[in-house]
Amino acid sequence: MKLEAWGHATALDQRVIGRIATADCPATRRQDAVLLLHGDDRVSRGDVEGYQALLTPLPVLPTWARGMAAMRAVEGLEYLEPGDVVLLTPAGFVRVLYRRRSDQNFLLVAENCNSYCLMCSQPPRPSHDIARVHEHVRLIDLIDPETRELGLTGGEPTLLRDHFLKLIEHCKSRLPRTALHVLTNGRLFFYRKFAQRLGAIAHPDLMLGIPLYSDVDCEHDYVVQATRAFDQTVIGLYHLARYEVPVEIRVVLHRQTYRRLPALAEFIARNFPFAAQVALMGLEVTGLTLAHPDELWIDPAEYQDELKAAAEHLHAAGLHVRLYNHQLCVLDRCLWRFTVRSISDWKREYLPCCESCSLRHECGGVFATSHGRHSAHISPFGRIDDGERDSPRPRPSGSSGAPKVADGAYSRDRTPL
Amino acid sequence: MTIPLTQLAAPRTGPARFRGRDAFRSGSPYYLLPFRFERFSTDEVLLVNEAGEHIFLPADDFARLTSHELRPDDDAYLDLKGKHFLADSESLVPLELLAVKARTKRAHLQGFTKLHIFVVTLRCEHTCQYCQVSRVTQDRHRFDMTEATARKAVAFAFRAPAERIKIEFQGGEPLLNFDRIVQIVREAKALAGATGRQVDFVVASNIALLTDDMLDFFREEGVSLSISLDGPAFIHNANRPRPGGNSYEVTVLNLAKARTILGAERVAALMTTTRLSLDHPREIVDEYARQGFHAIFLRSLSPYGFALKTARRIAYETDRFLSFYAAGLDRVIELNRGGYHLVEVYAQLLLRRILTPYATGYVDLQSPAGAGIGVAVYNYDGDVYASDEGRMLAEMGDTRFRLGNLHRNSYAEVFGGEWLRELVESSCIESLPGCSDCVFQPWCGADPVFNYATQGDIVGHRPDSDFHHRNAFVFRHLLERYRSDEATRRVIWSWVRGTPSDELFPEAKT
Repeated sequence: MKLEAWGHATALDQRVIGRIATADCPATRRQDAVLLLHGDDRVSRGDVEGYQALLTPLPVLPTWARGMAAMRAVEGLEYLEPGDVVLLTPAGFVRVLYRRRSDQNFLLVAENCNSYCLMCSQPPRPSHDIARVHEHVRLIDLIDPETRELGLTGGEPTLLRDHFLKLIEHCKSRLPRTALHVLTNGRLFFYRKFAQRLGAIAHPDLMLGIPLYSDVDCEHDYVVQATRAFDQTVIGLYHLARYEVPVEIRVVLHRQTYRRLPALAEFIARNFPFAAQVALMGLEVTGLTLAHPDELWIDPAEYQDELKAAAEHLHAAGLHVRLYNHQLCVLDRCLWRFTVRSISDWKREYLPCCESCSLRHECGGVFATSHGRHSAHISPFGRIDDGERDSPRPRPSGSSGAPKVADGAYSRDRTPL
Repeated sequence: MTIPLTQLAAPRTGPARFRGRDAFRSGSPYYLLPFRFERFSTDEVLLVNEAGEHIFLPADDFARLTSHELRPDDDAYLDLKGKHFLADSESLVPLELLAVKARTKRAHLQGFTKLHIFVVTLRCEHTCQYCQVSRVTQDRHRFDMTEATARKAVAFAFRAPAERIKIEFQGGEPLLNFDRIVQIVREAKALAGATGRQVDFVVASNIALLTDDMLDFFREEGVSLSISLDGPAFIHNANRPRPGGNSYEVTVLNLAKARTILGAERVAALMTTTRLSLDHPREIVDEYARQGFHAIFLRSLSPYGFALKTARRIAYETDRFLSFYAAGLDRVIELNRGGYHLVEVYAQLLLRRILTPYATGYVDLQSPAGAGIGVAVYNYDGDVYASDEGRMLAEMGDTRFRLGNLHRNSYAEVFGGEWLRELVESSCIESLPGCSDCVFQPWCGADPVFNYATQGDIVGHRPDSDFHHRNAFVFRHLLERYRSDEATRRVIWSWVRGTPSDELFPEAKT
């Protein structure tokens, strides 16, 4: 699924963020709307007054639309539906910011980061993040309040400092029924007051997803390439617990960390029993991983022992274990019940050999974005016979109650703006 | 403490450049965080840190640890660092974490006295040989708690700052003074409502005198039952003589009634171990399963009261009890592995201490001891004791553990007096001789009343202490069982969690 496209902008002199609408949109709501024109619509100029802009796959605008702010010749976004939100730029770029039907929407609120993780799927880069905050605010205003889940990610969102808190506050007031899942390295919560201020917002359904890669500082700091990051994150976790902000601990599994996974599980159970869940995540081979894939990639089949020991210990100790980005056929069967179909729909795919698999619809698939790296042990399940029926079935997607914004870092290919 | 946020928002440009592991190692020599240790077997040493986390180290690694020869990339080094046995940087974070964990482990001390035992009568219709305190008599005037005494006791109980208190009715046979139970439940509920607190009730009874009216009252008021069940009929009836010799039969009959009216979860059972029991661990455990209980407490016999008097008849060597305990525990594990959820309560308590970061208050095994600060006993005559064992001793004529009297002393005098302070000070195992450097200390506790009863002073002498001997054995035994095999480990976690094993590990069906 394409989330970005280029077209030709006409009479568009500033960035426009608007809700997709059809020509029958009431006039009072048109000032927030972008009219999606498929080409076969029977509309005339009178029907389209008041929209922010037109968006259309048509290579040429109808004569009645001449002079209107418009983005034409945009291909691949015909699937957009009323309520979805898009960004149009004068340079002719279109980005889908929000899809109403999806549970995997996220706001990329920062490009900068204070860590530089070996396997970052969304490498940080210099950017004037604060200058874009008003657009995120605008987007939050346009999102359907019945949206079940929304993610905030970066970069490192907390680097926005006060603006970060304002965004959370804004989500609380505009989207009080939407679960908000924030991906952050948690380092800034080393500052107790910052955690306190976040807690004081009292967002009704907030969870911070915070990565922890080792039970010892030097290993974690190495993975995130930042001295003392471990100390900051660990203290940050305590501060968040103190101010009752729910946290999820996220562990990306790769060649540099898998050996101490059981030790990390014990460390989490002992030191962070308050964590709402622990996500053990398969590696997406993209972003910075591509700079040194052989140092990071390991066939998940090779770490089954460590993964099993870690997941079982966490589970036994009472933590909620979530296993992301793993294919059922590669996992030890006792791990199936922890699996979540976590790979976002727009970057999930199945291998040719998965065609015949009887569990395909219960399996999360592989990353379309992993540049062809996946386990060599992927193979289809045959028909499940009655003897096997007793064995635990994978949890159907969505039954977990956990946020499903789950894969690496909501990453996607980005075109520079 | 300040740690600079390095590289804050420092963007990097150009191709990715990564620093190697060495760039993130501290480079400083390591130092030891507080821990205790003991050679566990010929080639292994057990280490337990201040927060109760443990690690087994090969003896060689232990020697290298203490002579500061471990290398930063040794697995043992990283394991010890991750579990807070050593630290190697100027950072105070490891100490902070350790402090949080140590504090968490002692959270049960908050709230002061939570368990309040009301001895509503000393009378009983049973004549158990090991019983410490009961009287078979019709003399209500002499051995029953009066209405005025009960009222005072409830008022005292609610002076404790605890958010949630538990009132336990004992005897004698408390059902012989049922009116008092009704009064206390009503008055305690009124006080709880007025002070915004919660109160739970449990009646410790042999249930021979249990009637439907009593059960209706218990159901309406949410009162739980803790019944006596010593094992199958031949053990139970031998241990618990009553007119008719049918204690077991009456118990089983009334148990069914109690479960029907109160619900199975509101009825627990408690067993007492006697010399006769010692030869039948398996039969006793099986009886608990047969009666549908999911918890059994393989208790050792207390050395108090009449038990001391008849010591020659029913005393047994601690070693014999320990074999009994080990065999009973094996049977419990076996039943669990066969699919029947059954928890051994003492093992559950100790394993929670060993395997979880949480606090577990247990008045008979904590530091400082629970006497007075975790439990108080209001005797039928208005005397207040620091523990149930303390009042049993008093029935033997030694009132050493009497803190005062409801009618003669104020709350401050009873619970703030010199004697209770001394008890607390003398029961901090962190500083008791023989305990202070014991590897099991972070999981253990003190029992000054036991020390006094068996050794003549509240501090006690560890090398000769049955209490020490018993607990050290059980700790060691539980660790061995935890490490023995995966199936046992799963049973153990199911106890720790209080969840049936096949619910916790549904895929582990074997």
